[in-house]
Amino acid sequence: MAAERKTKLSKNLLRMKFMQRGLDSETKKQLEEEEKKIISEEHWYLDLPELKEKESFIIEEQSFLLCEDLLYGRMSFRGFNPEVEKLMLQMNAKNKAEEEEEDETVEVDVSDEEMARRYETLVGTIGKKFAKKRDRANYEEDENGNMKPIKMKKMFLKPQD
Amino acid sequence: MAETLPVASESPAGCKARAARNVLGQVVLPGEELLLPEQEETDGVGVAGERPLRLNAGMRSRLRVVCGPGLRRCGDRLLVTKCGRLRHKESGSGSSGGIYWVDSQQKRYVPVKGDHVIGIVTAKSGDIFKVDVGGSEPASLSYLAFEGATKRNRPNVQVGDLIYGQFVVANKDMEPEMVCIDSCGRANGMGVIGQDGLLFKVTLGLIRKLLAPDCEIIQEVGKLYPLEIVFGMNGRIWVKAKTIQQTLILANILEACEHMTTEQRKQIFARLAES
Repeated sequence: MAAERKTKLSKNLLRMKFMQRGLDSETKKQLEEEEKKIISEEHWYLDLPELKEKESFIIEEQSFLLCEDLLYGRMSFRGFNPEVEKLMLQMNAKNKAEEEEEDETVEVDVSDEEMARRYETLVGTIGKKFAKKRDRANYEEDENGNMKPIKMKKMFLKPQD
Repeated sequence: MAETLPVASESPAGCKARAARNVLGQVVLPGEELLLPEQEETDGVGVAGERPLRLNAGMRSRLRVVCGPGLRRCGDRLLVTKCGRLRHKESGSGSSGGIYWVDSQQKRYVPVKGDHVIGIVTAKSGDIFKVDVGGSEPASLSYLAFEGATKRNRPNVQVGDLIYGQFVVANKDMEPEMVCIDSCGRANGMGVIGQDGLLFKVTLGLIRKLLAPDCEIIQEVGKLYPLEIVFGMNGRIWVKAKTIQQTLILANILEACEHMTTEQRKQIFARLAES
């Protein structure tokens, strides 16, 4: 008694992994699409006309700190509390620094040119320390007693022919 | 929608919406609507407020405007919610249009994020302290929110202590939370306020007036005798001087200076300096 009627398999059974191995890619894709359709239909959505989102250029802030520059809340006068006095200077200076956006040049003890000159010769003196005995001969003394940096090293010159 | 209803530009009170620029420094009442500068330009000469607003994004150059305390956003306009004088400040960077706010006076404090306040510890429960800041509910302060506090090393805070801290969470839906450290983990003067001294309450407007950078009252007070003051944005001031009498004098001056004119104040300071 051959079974002439194929038992109808349920959809859930057909979705199981072991049943899908035998399928070819097309039927697989179809099954996937059906799945997606079912899922997306389950999603809720508002049936309203599309409201254009107005770009709001007004920001609401409830804090007075932005409006007025207020000083730091702790204060001490005539040395009553030295730590608070230090804090006062620090916090109020921080507020001012944020506002002014300092672009003043910081005062330096040594000018830029002097700095460049020193560094020029510094390369020479430190370089001499690490140079081999042969190369030390390349370091010459300038008139002022500053070191001049090393001259071109003698490399192997390939013969031209 | 606004284009078909010319009446839309009138507020319920029947008066036309004014341009914010023209009202600076004047008294505004709750319910008024203010137009921002960009909106006036598109309305045409002399009819600011009558023509309805156009919502074409391309026509206006959008400047970000901040509406501060006392103002709310209402469509494209500002709606006044507190009575007071309208103020404006240009922002440092030119890209944003500045900030508008209403300079109002009130005694009741509403917690705002970032404000430094003086609180009184009312309860210690588990890992947090309940701190009364004068708002609708006590703020919570975690014991780890102090400088150098760890689970083993608890801060020495008792019920009844005064705390100077700032809010990290403060909105109408949640219980306010405060901390005594800044974002880097340093105390910066926050924490338990020391022994003795006197705590009293003043209006919020006076605090802002006293904390203004060019306040003469504070400068004159500082010349009298050595003293220490802590201002909380919730209207509380704590003062301390060497003797009780000096402390009381200081407290009385600060409370009274709100209603004194400059001359009266100078007279009082002169008399004090003599004695």
